[in-house]
Amino acid sequence: MKRGRNLAQTILGGHRAAALALTALVGLGLGYGVAHLLSGSIAYWGVVSGPFWLTVRVAVPATVIAGAAGIASGYLLAKGRFPGRDLLETIGSLPIILPPTVIGFYLLEVLSPGTRVGGFLTRVVGHDLVYNVTGCIIAATVAAYPFCLRAARTAIEGVDPLLEQAARTIGLPNWRVALQVTLPLARRGIAAGLTIGCARALGEYGATLMVGGDINGKTRTMSLAILDSFTTPERNTMLLILVLMAITAMTGVGLLGRSRA
Amino acid sequence: MSALDVELTRRIGEFELDVTFSVESGIAVLFGPSGAGKTLTLSLVAGLIRPDTGTIAIDGRVVTDCEHGVHVSTQERRIGMVFQDGLLLPHRSVLDNVALAVRQGGGRRDRRALAHTWLERVGADGLATRRPGSLSGGQRQRVALARGLAGEPALVLLDEPLSSLDASVRRELGALIRDVIVSSGVPAVLVTHDADEAEQIGDLVISYRDGRVTARREVERPERRDPPATAPESGPT
Amino acid sequence: MNGLTAHPWSIGLALPPWVWHPLSVSLRAAFEATAVVAVAGVALGYLLAKGRFPGRGAIETVLSLPMALPPTVVGYYLLTRLGGPGPIRDAEVHLFGHPLTFTFTGIVVAQIVESFPYCLRFSRTAIAVVDPRFEQAAHAMGLSRWRTALLVTLPLARRGIVAGVAMSFGRALGDFGATMIVSGSVPMATTMPIALYSAVFYGSHHQAMVLALVQVGAALVILLGVSRLGKVRPW
Repeated sequence: MKRGRNLAQTILGGHRAAALALTALVGLGLGYGVAHLLSGSIAYWGVVSGPFWLTVRVAVPATVIAGAAGIASGYLLAKGRFPGRDLLETIGSLPIILPPTVIGFYLLEVLSPGTRVGGFLTRVVGHDLVYNVTGCIIAATVAAYPFCLRAARTAIEGVDPLLEQAARTIGLPNWRVALQVTLPLARRGIAAGLTIGCARALGEYGATLMVGGDINGKTRTMSLAILDSFTTPERNTMLLILVLMAITAMTGVGLLGRSRA
Repeated sequence: MSALDVELTRRIGEFELDVTFSVESGIAVLFGPSGAGKTLTLSLVAGLIRPDTGTIAIDGRVVTDCEHGVHVSTQERRIGMVFQDGLLLPHRSVLDNVALAVRQGGGRRDRRALAHTWLERVGADGLATRRPGSLSGGQRQRVALARGLAGEPALVLLDEPLSSLDASVRRELGALIRDVIVSSGVPAVLVTHDADEAEQIGDLVISYRDGRVTARREVERPERRDPPATAPESGPT
Repeated sequence: MNGLTAHPWSIGLALPPWVWHPLSVSLRAAFEATAVVAVAGVALGYLLAKGRFPGRGAIETVLSLPMALPPTVVGYYLLTRLGGPGPIRDAEVHLFGHPLTFTFTGIVVAQIVESFPYCLRFSRTAIAVVDPRFEQAAHAMGLSRWRTALLVTLPLARRGIVAGVAMSFGRALGDFGATMIVSGSVPMATTMPIALYSAVFYGSHHQAMVLALVQVGAALVILLGVSRLGKVRPW
């Protein structure tokens, strides 16, 4: 329907053109970057594989732990009726905007064998918790946790309570209601939280740097290694892999978008 | 030239609306059970949704014509709307809410003066500086009515304006609505599922069922002079 | 960059220079970044919430990437786009006289990129949940789309929008990886997170504790404010 419009509206042409133009700009930049990367060779896999597998060894356990903890605490916060729920969630959400170096600092305070708490924990666990893979896993878990928590809580709160009540009236005990009704119904939101938590764990930099120590071969994850390789030929290979991780992140964030209430 | 001419069809999922009617003047009531398509008709007349086929003309002017690709935007239809919950902007004062609807040029002061006039007509001038959140249901609907009329529309549409009010308040507000609209001379279309309301307010009752018009009846109106139903300034309702 | 002379406030609050310098850099950069992000984020959030074109989800995903990408990737990307040869660098030289890498403005750009998704998502969610009938009422009153957005939609969504701006501000304050890569460790352009890293690296434990505490305080205040603003969650 052609309507006479003033100049500004003609230029903006409505929502579609404006938003698409912006995306074109971003996409062009990304596309250029990817094309540039692909032109690099895969020959340097040998150098890259070390950090790559290390990253996997760190991110997988981190996601699992953060996910489990996030679901559990998200459930408690969603269903619980105690004061201070929001405060707890706020504290749990701190790692989202807290600088990674602050997280790293406090982790060092708590985990280094030199400190009281750290010394105790190290004895209990039996080996060092810093400057090794364990430290990296802990740092990545902390980074991923808030996303899992928030996504889980939102998803669980979004489950229709009538369905849970129906399950209870059939005689299912609470824990079964949770496992067989609530969580399955909330799975899209939870999955989204897990994916973005995983993306954060994969990309964690600042805290990993401090707690892991960036030791070549031992705690140098992909995020750290890429900096070291700026001026070397394997840089492109690293970037390619990180871009693939980014695509995973994209999927995760996209899931997030589609699963929100 | 009639106030409203409607001849349209619209399908939504399983439901199909297929209605044809005319309103010469005065207040037409679309009456029927929930889900009969009354509110949908209102949305179509307002231009918020487009029909699948047909035409709509307001005050003799064609605002929708599917065959010829005519669809005038809601903003340009010169209508007023009164919603069930009022839908007053919570972040503005009552006066600002009504002033927003005034279409005449003139400056801000003129618009506010006109807003005051309308608030007086609905018996809510004392509420001018209040926030919508602090009003009772009856007060809110008075303001909503003022807002619906302040723009000097060619047609005012009311969607169940009394449904969310207490029974005790409904009769009084119903009389007020009829009074103010009739004295302003603006034709109106009001949607309700309440038979008493239809009798009280309407000049014409158009019955709806399952997306069709089933009956059309004029309301007997001997000139009874009821006392004007305007509440005191900052009335309790 | 005149952050190196002691500001009267810092003396008044008894803040030593090794706190005040990075704090002032962080605050200034975060304010500038958030100013840009607020405008762009709300505008784009509106477009994405109200628009009726395909690919809205994809667009939001692309624009949200920095939230999920490793900060080193973002930093690397910015470093090469801003500093390496190309149209962006040319534009910078044209506008600023020099490329933005290793400068204060470069930090602001890095923070804009990293914090933008938060304002965008919070705004989009807040605007999308506004009862559309308010806008219908506004249209019936004759308000144009523009005025409806400004006078009706955005004010009704203001809690979520403010929460989004606050989150973005907090994220900008707390940025480490991207900032560090784009700016190096130029003393003129050291932010609080970088200062903390240096303090730990060089073993100044006392300084590290203070710097960490200040940042935790800031993050808590922001998050508490955001949670107060209500249940607007983009995830």
